Amino acid sequence: MELSSREAWTVIHGLVLGTLFLLAFAGGLAGLWSLRPGLITTAGIQERMKRLYWGTWVMAGAAWATVITGTWIVYPWYRAALSEVGDDRYAGCAGAILPNATCSPREFLLSDVSGQTETWHSLGMEWKEHVGWAAPILATAAAFLVTYYGPRLMARPWLRTAVIVMFVAAFSAAVVGGAFGAFLNKVAPIV
Amino acid sequence: MTNIQDERTAPELQGLNLPAKPDGPGAAAMLAAGIGVFALGLMTTLNEVSEGLHDFLQSLEMGQGVGPLAGKTIIAVIVWLVAWLILAAIWRGKEMNIKRVFWIGLVLGVLGGVLTFPPVFLAFA
Repeated sequence: MELSSREAWTVIHGLVLGTLFLLAFAGGLAGLWSLRPGLITTAGIQERMKRLYWGTWVMAGAAWATVITGTWIVYPWYRAALSEVGDDRYAGCAGAILPNATCSPREFLLSDVSGQTETWHSLGMEWKEHVGWAAPILATAAAFLVTYYGPRLMARPWLRTAVIVMFVAAFSAAVVGGAFGAFLNKVAPIV
Repeated sequence: MTNIQDERTAPELQGLNLPAKPDGPGAAAMLAAGIGVFALGLMTTLNEVSEGLHDFLQSLEMGQGVGPLAGKTIIAVIVWLVAWLILAAIWRGKEMNIKRVFWIGLVLGVLGGVLTFPPVFLAFA
């Protein structure tokens, strides 16, 4: 049982960091949602806030690590130019049923050699690679707001809702990246 | 908002002796995030519009094979951080209409998000 270096990085990028992000989001959202007057004691607020600070900053850190590893380590393997021979841009993909040493995942999808796969790149990958970067920006801002206002968010429901909106927006951007990443890794795995 | 108002709304806060916090730094974080996401969408779209910009964005990949995505994301992150630093310096210690700032940031963020949607930015190709 072994993983190649490329497989290991796709696991780190998508599974390890993605899971961490998801866990931190769930904890952070639950903490923010229930940060209301009348639900917790003064001692409970202090205990709750520690978890909330950790949860929001871990989510932001996981988001940064995910987009950086995705863009600078995994993505170059996805978009490598391997298949062009002469005027035929996808010659190396002829007859392929999966990406291989002469046909990168991007070329495999765009060549349509194994069914109608072009949209996986032109919609899925193009959307994922861009919108995914909104996640760390929004998650960092949300984590800063939670840290800056701290327990005061309890007394300001509108502000707490605004932070939740940013937090959920960060998660939504990551969901686009994560969902398309999972599908793309099925249709055209990094090899 | 003062801590007295906060403690009236949430009496649980009374025992924590929290100092008052002005909204300026919070508003700066909100608006900068909107500006950052908008910059991301704008770079994504302008990359399709201008061949010169496309080449410049691609040149920031530092030989790593990332393509123009490198430049789009590096510039968006720089714009976000610079905007945050400037706004935080300007609004430091100030009370702000944070609701209005949030809505401006939200509009910018939504616009930026729309501009990262392939059917939108590829329409400019």
